[in-house]
Amino acid sequence: MLYHAVLGGLVYGLYFTLVGLGLNLMFGVMRIVNLAHGDVIMLGAYAAWALFTAWAVHPLLAALAILLAFTAIGIPVYYLIVPRLLRARDAEMLSLILFFGLQQIIEAAATIAFGTTERSIPGRVLGHHPVRILGQVLPAAWVWAGAVSAVCVAALYLYLYHSPPGMLTRAVMSNREEAKASGIDVDRVCSLAFGIALALAGIAGVFAPFMLGSVTPAIGPDLNIAAFAVIVIGTLGNPIGTVLGGIIYGVSLMLMQTFLSAWANLLPNLLLIAVLLVRPSGLLGRRVRRA
Amino acid sequence: MGRGWRELCLIVLPTVAIAAWAPNLYGNVLLLFNFVLYITLAQGMNAIYGFTGYLPFGYVGFFGAGAYGFAIAAMAGVHPAAALAVAGGAGIALGLILTPLLRLSGAYFAIANLAAAQAVYQVVANPALAPITKGPYGVSLSAVFAPRASYLVAVALMGATMAAIVWLRNGRFGLALMALRDDPVSAASAGVNIVRARTIAWLLSALVASLAGGAFAWQISVFYPETAFDMSISIFAIVFTLFGGAGTLLGPLIGVLLLYGVYNWIGIAVPQYFQLIYGALIVVLVLFLPNGLVSLLTQRGIRVP
Repeated sequence: MLYHAVLGGLVYGLYFTLVGLGLNLMFGVMRIVNLAHGDVIMLGAYAAWALFTAWAVHPLLAALAILLAFTAIGIPVYYLIVPRLLRARDAEMLSLILFFGLQQIIEAAATIAFGTTERSIPGRVLGHHPVRILGQVLPAAWVWAGAVSAVCVAALYLYLYHSPPGMLTRAVMSNREEAKASGIDVDRVCSLAFGIALALAGIAGVFAPFMLGSVTPAIGPDLNIAAFAVIVIGTLGNPIGTVLGGIIYGVSLMLMQTFLSAWANLLPNLLLIAVLLVRPSGLLGRRVRRA
Repeated sequence: MGRGWRELCLIVLPTVAIAAWAPNLYGNVLLLFNFVLYITLAQGMNAIYGFTGYLPFGYVGFFGAGAYGFAIAAMAGVHPAAALAVAGGAGIALGLILTPLLRLSGAYFAIANLAAAQAVYQVVANPALAPITKGPYGVSLSAVFAPRASYLVAVALMGATMAAIVWLRNGRFGLALMALRDDPVSAASAGVNIVRARTIAWLLSALVASLAGGAFAWQISVFYPETAFDMSISIFAIVFTLFGGAGTLLGPLIGVLLLYGVYNWIGIAVPQYFQLIYGALIVVLVLFLPNGLVSLLTQRGIRVP
């Protein structure tokens, strides 16, 4: 049972890496906190559900479509709000409030459009039989979600560390002002990062109906807390560190659910606070208030 | 007469008098109570956000702790006045436990505080603690139900909180807080004990929220963990404060009167449409008026109390 919990937790944690990945990319590049991140995931879930019910589109294909669509939508949204926001005196704080407003808009619009009924996609779409890995049986959908997450992490890593626009992105991450001074078109770099961050959230959404059982327009805030826990444990502002956070989160959640289920929902919050207090900058981190 | 006394006589006292007199003119005491409550919470939020720059997203945690502190004491047969003291004590205790969070900066603090409020909620609502907190099943305080007395307590608390803001705006301590908000290193080298100053502001705002929670529990007398720890209480307090203008006395007051007024005017019937408008309002506000309504005046060099 312990072994099953750990292995399940690893796969589950890989999925939650994907849940936090976009949020962390956005914070790392723009120092803004997307409180609407969970709702973008929710939109991804509804997009996958709508594509499946209307034309029986396979979720993996839907993920590809969402990747392109959300990136394309993200870029104009960036130009609409972020440059203006970053000019404010206390942009990091104001971003929390601004994106909370956006979150309210998205949740309300989704409620009006889809109603509050729980929606789900049948698990058999991603494989009829549970998968055996290392002697343990896991649902096929979990394995797919974990695999897609791994692919996304790898792709983001290649983008950031082995591609020209990724190098510019990292320059902006380490110092926005100096990047601007050395002639980088910061807005272009950031708009792309913004689009990618939303796309990652959207892809996480495709698997949300499987991983969570069903989705409603109100799942955003809970997913957000989970995403925060993952990226704070990992390291705020370091997208690749998210993997560590996701796996710690997934494994400890599975262990709690197996051995102490009454208090399991308390775990993400306690883990988050504990990590912040012991290592305020995350397990791999930097940057704390100095005075 | 100093500026502080003038603000006290011209703004705080009239507000308290109007609020105390209002139930004679208008029958819906619960609605009036909510206005008083939100003015108090917005001013409590103002004390920490407006003067130190910390944005406590989990402010509702103190409110809920106060409500449950009051409820548990009242269910044990304690007199409501003493139960209010328990509520305040619960808030201060939670504030002390969370004081280490002040080491965090910016978004880290906001997120950690949000998680802390959620954690307190999950502990209170946990069925395993039902013998003490009644868990998710909610509490009923019909034995001490006293709408009029609890309303007046809330009004007094509102007055005291506003007076505290006047003190912060005009006294040495508030000046020290604003100095460390704008530049902690310089403030420290100018002799401000920043850890102590921050902690006092933090506990002050925790005390305000938890007493408000206690008054709330006394007023409505039947409630559930979801009501007392409703995230929108935090958000409302933040948005009202920001809309009017943080760091001022009038800003949060105007924010509550306008926005909460609009909320009650169009809100309740069609929640999704209201949520849509409210979200759009917040986005527009942050983008175009990040320093609140009062900044329309302060930008022109007019001093707003």
